[in-house]
Formats: sequence, structure tokens, C-alpha cells
Amino acid sequence: MAMETPPRWDRKMQQRLARGEAAALGEFYDRFASLVHSLAHRVLDDDDAADQVTREVFGYIWENPDDYDPKQGNMRSWVARLTQRQAVHRLRQAEATAYAETGQGSAEELEQKVRRASVAARADYIVTSMPAPLRAALELAYFQRRDYRQTAADLGVTEDEARRRLRLGLQLLSSANTRPLEGSSPPGYGRTL
Amino acid sequence: MTGANGDADDVARAPWIPGPRRSADDHADLTADPTVAPATDPAAQTPDAAAEADVPDEPDVPQLTHRVLKSLLGAWALSACSAGETRAVEDHLTECAPCAEEALRLRDAVALLHEDRDLDLDPLLRSRVLENCLGRRPARVPVPEWVTPYDAETARLDALLRDIGESEWHAPVRLKWYEDERVTRRKTTVAGVIGHLLAVDGLVTSALGIKDPLGAGVPELSPTERTEAFWSALDRPPNRALRGPWRDQTHTLIRTVSFAGRGVGDLTVTYKDFALPLRDSLLERAFECWVHADDIANAVAYPYAPPSGAHLHGMIDLAARLLPAALAGRRRSGLAAPARHLVAAGAPGRSLHLEVEGAGGGHWYIALDSPAAVGSPDLAVAQVAMDGVEFCQLVAGHISPEEAAAGQDGDREAIRDVLSAAASLSRL
Repeated sequence: MAMETPPRWDRKMQQRLARGEAAALGEFYDRFASLVHSLAHRVLDDDDAADQVTREVFGYIWENPDDYDPKQGNMRSWVARLTQRQAVHRLRQAEATAYAETGQGSAEELEQKVRRASVAARADYIVTSMPAPLRAALELAYFQRRDYRQTAADLGVTEDEARRRLRLGLQLLSSANTRPLEGSSPPGYGRTL
Repeated sequence: MTGANGDADDVARAPWIPGPRRSADDHADLTADPTVAPATDPAAQTPDAAAEADVPDEPDVPQLTHRVLKSLLGAWALSACSAGETRAVEDHLTECAPCAEEALRLRDAVALLHEDRDLDLDPLLRSRVLENCLGRRPARVPVPEWVTPYDAETARLDALLRDIGESEWHAPVRLKWYEDERVTRRKTTVAGVIGHLLAVDGLVTSALGIKDPLGAGVPELSPTERTEAFWSALDRPPNRALRGPWRDQTHTLIRTVSFAGRGVGDLTVTYKDFALPLRDSLLERAFECWVHADDIANAVAYPYAPPSGAHLHGMIDLAARLLPAALAGRRRSGLAAPARHLVAAGAPGRSLHLEVEGAGGGHWYIALDSPAAVGSPDLAVAQVAMDGVEFCQLVAGHISPEEAAAGQDGDREAIRDVLSAAASLSRL
């Protein structure tokens, strides 16, 4: 379902949000709510907290549609960045509160937790945004446990191509582990929406 | 990405790589190039290895070039190669550091894949999020209050459609409505239902001057005729491709109405045999959207909740307001008992007290003898108590008046006539 967001859609949506069109807000929600909620859930592992982040992210965007800069990438990636930043911010807050209450945990553990959550969210985002053919191959091989020959047959491509797609898909995914992450700033410092 | 290095030159440094997860079916590679002699490992024949329970036969390990081995790394990490190829890759990893490094990286990447958790967002979250937004910054172009049931119901159906698979679009759906004094059925598919909604919503879009999904210059047609026209114009069975046009049309409709200004709610939408003001028409469309979303959800075994209490209340209220005219129509056809006591227009008349329980419920007084009379608690001759969703099932024609589990009290004839009139509001 890696729907490519055409830049035209992004620009028009930004204008409509800026004009204060409530109908645009609804359309914007319909397009991105599941992305926002699932990324937030991946970081926070809690439904209520993910609901809360969803509320904050959409509230922020509705108030600040001009913050989106099309030169920095598409709207989808902007929304994902905001979500991850806000979710990580909440995670830090929750952990700090837990630490103050129980005295358990350490700064390093917190950083590790934040890092793991961020990597997981980033990986989810990569999977949902990678080119559809790569994603389809990964889905067949991983979720449906097809070997690469069956994957090739299912997709109607050569075995060479199936191997290429699986490798390329995983290479993209592995960048979640290496790319610097939004929100992994020093403890106590977290930009909030 | 690791640059392609020389073949087997870079030995050493290769870390030991634990294998990936166990493959679903460790079948031997039957397709390996037969011209390549399988490298049989004598060690594999030792009694020790053979004695190990559950160990599959040692695979034939194909001789593969570095290029092919490298291309297999993704499939290897996903346990998606044959046993022989797996072995060949793992042998290679002990002697090729760049491949070993990449293999590790890809295998770690596999660990990041995971089943999507239940994707269903709480549908009520949408209204909470939007409300919060509009509290923070009021809309300059708001969506009128009376459009919100349509907005919410189309969004709920769209979320359901997003989650269903391609084949489920062809799942059979049995549409039901009440016609000729009985529940009538018609077979279609999930995609056919979306076509139905698209075609009938077109009544509203054409009233607003937006593009008609049936094309330009379509004569005035009833909802059923529009649906038949849409279905028969398709050159192949409808499929998931209908989701986009349907959703775009709902978005355009909501947007157009919100820009249209105040008086638009009173705009007349004609259904050929009857007409509704736009504000009621969109409520009726919201109702249809829910009813058919529920049909679809049943067909693909998805849970689907009723609308929020406030929206359900509006839908019940619309049906209650339409009942006196429906009763009069049935009376003209001899399907309902004659009027007993006519009163001056606008005066209170003999009534039925409809008490709807549950979320969205309330009390309604249905004028029995004339649409011009006003329903009145003082002149109630009968009372019917029903659950809100059950009442909507009746209005949708999903259950017959006889099946409707209603608590009844008072004039039997009035009760029978009102319940039948409620069912007669339904159509394809």
C-alpha cells in the first residue's frame, strides 16, 4: 500500500489546511491517522498514549501547517518525523516519571529504550514507504513464508529479480539501524510540539 | 551498501554468523543446476550426524559464483532459499568478510519486520482528534454540523475498506430491503455495494452541481434505477478500483457543502419519487452508508459498531419525521387502515408514542392520521418501545415488522401500520 503522495496533493493540502478548511483536516486525518497511530504505538506500546500522541500531532499540524517544507521531503515523511519526535518525547517523560516514583532504571537504560523504540518506528516507516515491488516481495517471503522461487512465481518476475528485491528491501530496512534518528537527543532535551 | 569486492580473496575477519530463523519448509533444492556436481561432504555421512534426530538429509550444496551468493543474501536472511543454497551461503560467509558483514546487517533488519498489529483505529478517535484540533484553532471554513454524520460514516467505511484484501472485494453480499410487504434480497459483491453507494450519492452531487458518477445528461432516476444503470454500465465485475472514486466523491461532497454557505442545507435533492432537503438527504446517505458498511463487514467477518449515539439519534429522528408521510402513502394504496380523526393542519392529532432505547434513543410522537397533524403525547393511542439499532434494522428493511422485537401497548392496528411504514422506508 505504499501510496506515493504526489507533491501536488501535498501542496494543495498544505494550502487548504492553512486556509482553515475543516474538510481538509478530515481528509488529512483519513490519509495519515493510521501511520501516526501505529508509529506512536510502536514507540510507546500503549493504546492510550498512542491516542494522545495522535491528538497532539494532528493538533500541531492543524495549528502550524506552514511548518511543512516541501523541499525537505514529502508530507508523509514530515508527519512521520513529527510523530516520532512527539512519541519519543512522551516516552522520555513517562520513563522519567517512573524513575522519580520507583528509583529504578538509569539514564543509559532510558537511552537504550528510546533508541530501540526509535529504530522500530523508523523501520515501520521504511516498510510502509518503500517501493511497492520491494515491499510485496518482503511480505511474501517473510509473512507468507514463501521461498524466493515461489516469491518470483507469485510476482511474475525472474528468480534473479526476486533475489534482488529481497536483498534491496532488507538493505533499505537496515538503514533504520544506522541512520541518525530524530528524537535521540540527550536526555532532558526533547522538543515538544 | 557494501561495495562488491573481489571474490574469495578477503578471507579471515569474517565473524561467525548464526543462521537466520528456521525456514518454514526445509525442502531440498530440486531446481539446482544439474550440471554442477553436488559437493558431497564426507563428514555428513558420519554416524554422529546421521544419528541426530530430526536433522534433514544433508542438502546438495550447489557451486555458486560470488555474484550469485551475494545476490542470495537477502533471501538467505529471510530463510527463503533452498537448504543447499543456505549451506552454500553460510560456507561462503566464513571466507568473505564483506558478504559476512552484509549478511549480519540484513539478518538484523529481518528482526525489524513484524506483523502489523490490529490496524483498526478506534473510529471514535477521529472525532476526538478533529474536535481537539478545532478547539485549538477554529476552522475558517467549518464543516456544517449536519454533515458530520455523513463525514463520520464514510470515514468509518473507508477505514474498513482499507483493511480488506483484494479478494474480499469480491465476497458475496446479500442486500436486503422491504418491498411488497416482505423482505426482498439481491445478491452482489463488496465492490458492487460500493458502486451502489457511489451511484446513489450521485443524486446529491448532481443536486450540488458536482460531476455525476453516471456521466453527464443522465435523466432523473430513482436510487434503484441509478444503481442498476451503474452496475450494467460496468464492462467487468466491479473491484477495489471503486474505492478511490467513491471516496473522492464523498470528500468532494463534504468540501462543496462546507464552502456553499448557509442556505445550502435547504437545497432540494430529488429522489424521483420523493425529495428531501440536503441536510436530511445527507443524513439519509449517512444511514445508508452505515447499513451497507455493516453488510460488507458481515460479508468479510469484520466487527462493525453502530454510529455514535448523537448520529444514531439524528438518523432515528429522520425516520420518525418521514413516518407520517409514509403512512399516508400506504393508506392511499390500501396498505394501512383509514384515517380515524382528521384535524386541522398543524393541530395535534392521534399519535403513536415511539420510545427508542439505548444510545441515540429518545421519545417521538408519530401523527397517525395525517402528515399535516402534529404528534402529541396527549393524544397517544399506542406505545412502541424498541432498541435504537433494532429500529434502524427495521427502517433498513433488514427485519420485517413482524420480526421487530418491540414492546407494544395500546392500539394494535396503529402499531402494525407504523412498524410496516417504517420498514417501507427501505429500498435497494
